[in-house]
Amino acid sequence: MGLYFLCIILFCVGLYGVLRKRNIVKIIIGLVIMNYSISLFFVLLGYKFHGRAPIESQNQTIANMVDPLPQALVLTSIVISLAVMALLIAIAIRIYERYGTFDITKIKRLRG
Amino acid sequence: MELYILLIFMIFAAFVAIEMKDLFSSVIAMGAVGFALCLAFLIVKAPDLAITQLVVEILCLIILIRATMNKDLPLVIEGRWVFNTMATLIFAGVFLFFSYWALKELPNFGEPLMTVVRKYMEEGADKTGSVNLVTGVVLDFRAYDTLGEAAALFAAVIGIVTVLRKTGSKSHDK
Repeated sequence: MGLYFLCIILFCVGLYGVLRKRNIVKIIIGLVIMNYSISLFFVLLGYKFHGRAPIESQNQTIANMVDPLPQALVLTSIVISLAVMALLIAIAIRIYERYGTFDITKIKRLRG
Repeated sequence: MELYILLIFMIFAAFVAIEMKDLFSSVIAMGAVGFALCLAFLIVKAPDLAITQLVVEILCLIILIRATMNKDLPLVIEGRWVFNTMATLIFAGVFLFFSYWALKELPNFGEPLMTVVRKYMEEGADKTGSVNLVTGVVLDFRAYDTLGEAAALFAAVIGIVTVLRKTGSKSHDK
């Protein structure tokens, strides 16, 4: 419960960055932090006390294993987050080339 | 206990990353958050995730440093500072309040339900031939998810190439 709540607080810090900051790079950093907190939350949901990593060995049976399913899904989501962040950074670099600033309030002109 | 220390460190580093005036410093602070997350994955017994997170974090840092190099700008605080900050804080407070009631309904930390995964654990090694259950789930039981992930990665790469192309864009032609 306490750990879950700390994860949500980390999410809120990222949300504060997304909503409050005007620099595009700060907004992207906030999005990445939100992504981290959610992946950590899912992995914490599958943790078992005194559990072992979900890898079976040949000559002994491991009874107490943590839940491998959230780990498998988060493995997908981490790679997707990298692709999303790279796309956002590409758009930010393009905006900097065009307007000469990262400030989102200065980006007003509409032209192709 | 280690998880509490790591999470508090991550919250602190995230706050520094958001609030730092220098863009380069805030990128480095975000790297601290990512590496702490890598350690947390190791502590909750997820070695595959720790390896992936390490690689992804290094790539993130390289891309972000490339984006912010020589582009340090002064932080502009103007206009409705009080209104914006108050609105954001109120929204975060409401979110935290409702999440407190929602998190009570989840199973306690350390005692997961493990209903879906029981079948995977019994039959995983025989059916997939993989001793690592995580890769067994990713590449065999849920292979369509992985196919979708590959499609999303491909779309993102096409998007990056399209956005950053030199030939054919108007600003470079003239």
